[in-house]
Amino acid sequence: MSTPDRPAKRVTVVHPRTAAARTAAKRGVRRDVREQTELGVTMLTSLRRTQLRLAVLVVLGVAVVVIGIPLVFLAFPAVREGRVGGLAVGWFILGVAVFPAICGAGWAYVRHAERNEAAFVDLVERS
Amino acid sequence: MTSSWWPVVAVVAVVVATVVIGTFGVRVSRTTSDFLVASRSVSPFLNASAIGGEYLSAASFLGIAGLVLTYGVDMLWFPVGYTVGYLVLLVLVAAPLRRSGAYTLPDFAEMRLGSRRLRRVSSVLVVLIGWLYLLPQLQGAGITLHALTGAPQWVGAFVVAVVVGVTVAAGGMRSITVVQAFQYWLKLVAIALPAVLLVAAWYHRGAPVFASGDWGTPLSGFGGREYPLYATYSIVLATFLGTMGLPHVLVRFYTNPDGRAARRTTLSVLGLLSVFYLFPPIFGALGRVYTPELAGTSAADTVVLVLPGRVFGGWLGEALSALVAAGAFAAFLSTASGLSVSVAGVLSQDVLTHDRRLGDGVRRFRIATTIAIAVPFVLALGAARADLAETVTLAFAVAASTFCPLLVLGIWWPRLTVRGATAALLVGGSSALAAVVLVLTLGPFHGFVGALLEQPAAWTVPLAFGTAVLVSLRTHDRVPRTTPAAMVRLHTPEELEASR
Repeated sequence: MSTPDRPAKRVTVVHPRTAAARTAAKRGVRRDVREQTELGVTMLTSLRRTQLRLAVLVVLGVAVVVIGIPLVFLAFPAVREGRVGGLAVGWFILGVAVFPAICGAGWAYVRHAERNEAAFVDLVERS
Repeated sequence: MTSSWWPVVAVVAVVVATVVIGTFGVRVSRTTSDFLVASRSVSPFLNASAIGGEYLSAASFLGIAGLVLTYGVDMLWFPVGYTVGYLVLLVLVAAPLRRSGAYTLPDFAEMRLGSRRLRRVSSVLVVLIGWLYLLPQLQGAGITLHALTGAPQWVGAFVVAVVVGVTVAAGGMRSITVVQAFQYWLKLVAIALPAVLLVAAWYHRGAPVFASGDWGTPLSGFGGREYPLYATYSIVLATFLGTMGLPHVLVRFYTNPDGRAARRTTLSVLGLLSVFYLFPPIFGALGRVYTPELAGTSAADTVVLVLPGRVFGGWLGEALSALVAAGAFAAFLSTASGLSVSVAGVLSQDVLTHDRRLGDGVRRFRIATTIAIAVPFVLALGAARADLAETVTLAFAVAASTFCPLLVLGIWWPRLTVRGATAALLVGGSSALAAVVLVLTLGPFHGFVGALLEQPAAWTVPLAFGTAVLVSLRTHDRVPRTTPAAMVRLHTPEELEASR
């Protein structure tokens, strides 16, 4: 999470801390993003990378669990025959338990993705 | 076979309601601006219900139970995959895709890479995937009507094809979000209520356990499935990555007002699908107890329809049979009309444009609709009968091998070139489609080569991604000049756009 901080520091150094200058700068950076100047594109690239890192993290987490479940079944035959609360283990995991996990992962993702965007918007507005 | 006429009445009621709402209901126009106008008044939850209503097809409503009945616990990967597909879509695609402003997959291809040729290749693939997905919907209608009345298989397919053709050509169904949302709740009630009552009855009768052998054991290859581990991973890959590339899924995203809403809608979809998918496997499991003779036959997909009548006698059995029959037809009609609209839209916009004799926009759209539904109907008459959920998964495999690389690399990788994307669509699409055509005409196959053909995603998806990356890197001097602008558009939060 170091990337979003870096442009913040750079921007604060560049602009003088007077109210008039700040208003002018606010318009400026907004326009930078919108009109895709070098600064605007660089800032958005950092947001894109942050979001990509988050997405890859979620996808990798799902992948590890999903690739892992059949491997555990394969490696430990005893697990396959096990039971959880009257249900066979395979049924419990694939028929019931995965679904709350999927929703939880989705919920956490949305929270973090919106937070990243809010931080970015904040950064642009402040500078 | 049920001798009662209740389920037939329920099916007729669903069909008539669909035609009436579609033809004479709210006058709906097909222009994209109307979608935007509608979207502002549609909450993410209502929109999510509509997406769920369109997404839960014959494969979900009938197919999963049939597969679980025949092949056991490994088949639970299908519903898991259909749900996780939306999680992957949420994480990798949802918000940027909405921000791209694309209404169809060819729109996205052109917006991102600015190539008419790539757009045309995408259009052809949308049509082929749409037809492949329509095929099991029509087959499902055929076996449902056959199970209810003994009518020949083609009758049910014909009914759905005509109803969908008429309503779509009349301009209905599509943007009536409320109708699609209602279809979700109808399907949920139609599967959940009988399932809960069936479990209660089963428990009340002393919870008879069935001699299942390896049926409940993962990776046992029960029911004669070879290479269960390979098949599991391939199903997982196809469903996880294929969902985002389905033509009717993408169109629905346009109804969200912005990228943030697209994310929240998708999150609600995850919840709605998770609730629905708790129930179909119950029919498969109790089918093992009460209707074991269906397992492994071509009638396995009818277990959801047959089971309530078998377990409950009298009016309760008949009422529940009517309910599941209505739910099944709601599934065929909603999914088939969503797909037909997408296929017809692409046909009329991108394929039939050269022929002036086809007349103005509306007339061309109607001709396109006829083609969109007639081709899968003919295919449904001729294709080898595979399990519904298996056929649907073939469509997922083709989508995962084509549009998944286009979307994921297009959104996150600025170095994608037109040639890289086109090569990926051609290589991934032709290899996956070749496997699908072989399976549907000459299948089923056996041995390891058979497993590779029956579940192609595990090798066609990496092939497509590899092609896209390698060709793009080899043509790195041809990255479109519009790429930085497109990337900014895809990833800029709305707050910065709105306050210009």
